[in-house]
Amino acid sequence: MPDWTSPASVNLVDLGFMDSRSKLIDLAAFLDRVQRAGQEEDFRVQALKNALTLLSQDKPQRAKDVLLSFSDPSTEPIAKATMQGAIGAHKA
Amino acid sequence: MNYIEPHGHMVSRTTDCYERMALAGCQAICEPAFWAGFDRASADGFYDYFRQITEYEPKRAAKFGIKHFCWLCINPKEAEDLKLAEDVIALIPQFIDKPGVLGIGEIGLNKNSRNELAIFERHLQVAQDYDQLVLIHTPHLEDKLKGTHLIVQALKNFSKIKPERIIIDHVEEHTIDHVLDHGFWAGITLYPESKCTPHRAIDMLEHRHAERIWMNSACDWGVSDPLAVPKTMQAMRHRGWSSEMIQRVAWDNPRAFMGQCPKFSI
Repeated sequence: MPDWTSPASVNLVDLGFMDSRSKLIDLAAFLDRVQRAGQEEDFRVQALKNALTLLSQDKPQRAKDVLLSFSDPSTEPIAKATMQGAIGAHKA
Repeated sequence: MNYIEPHGHMVSRTTDCYERMALAGCQAICEPAFWAGFDRASADGFYDYFRQITEYEPKRAAKFGIKHFCWLCINPKEAEDLKLAEDVIALIPQFIDKPGVLGIGEIGLNKNSRNELAIFERHLQVAQDYDQLVLIHTPHLEDKLKGTHLIVQALKNFSKIKPERIIIDHVEEHTIDHVLDHGFWAGITLYPESKCTPHRAIDMLEHRHAERIWMNSACDWGVSDPLAVPKTMQAMRHRGWSSEMIQRVAWDNPRAFMGQCPKFSI
């Protein structure tokens, strides 16, 4: 908006660290779990592992890049929808 | 603090939801036509649904002091059946002048198929012919990026509909810039699992200075939270937002977009 006023400075680490820590450990436990069960070759698990490599980049656009990594990269409409839902990761 | 819920499927919610939303400060709810969770067998089902959202639901909302508005269409999940879609689109003109109808929506794409795209364009033609606002649904998860680009491309063929009269909903970090940079409004949907969390939504609002953006709960029959907007307003306070700026996003922005329809008054 034209008269945008930036929020007051707050400690974002105080605000979000514990939540992020919890989600990261949950993700680690999920990867351990599917590996123990012999299911780590599932394309969705591979998509998660691929997305994890994007977190160590320097630019502050990790969320965008993770979403892009899960996305269908094609550009043309498909002939017919064969399902109604979405899976969460594109299967090449 | 007062707010507007610009996208809620209240036919799927209980009166408890209305009560809690009213207690949280909700003054108006806008209900796009959507998928019922199953495919309807004929256009007759949509006739009854359009009656429900134009006649019955406003009365239910009014019992809690909330104004109710709606949008009309057949959603893209049922657009693969071209005959059904055409039959439903033919119903729209007899409902379009009802007092609470704001425009055509939520139209768009789901799996990015040719038939979905054809029906999306048929809806845009209706919106153009009847000079209506447009609310657009973008696909879920892995289909969102491609669908958003196909939608923006298709809109270029309807130049009589001004971009500022179109909102493209359910944007995320990988689609918001594409939508806003083309002059459209963008909607951020706050879902517990898919779509956006409050903090991601606030990140995007800050990145784009909250211009031409609204946020909504899109509460429906699935995993969703009718109080997602006030909860995000609370998170904005924790993030250092002033009351005035929160009000801009939660009240002024949706009011500015929907106020382009003369029937929207609060």
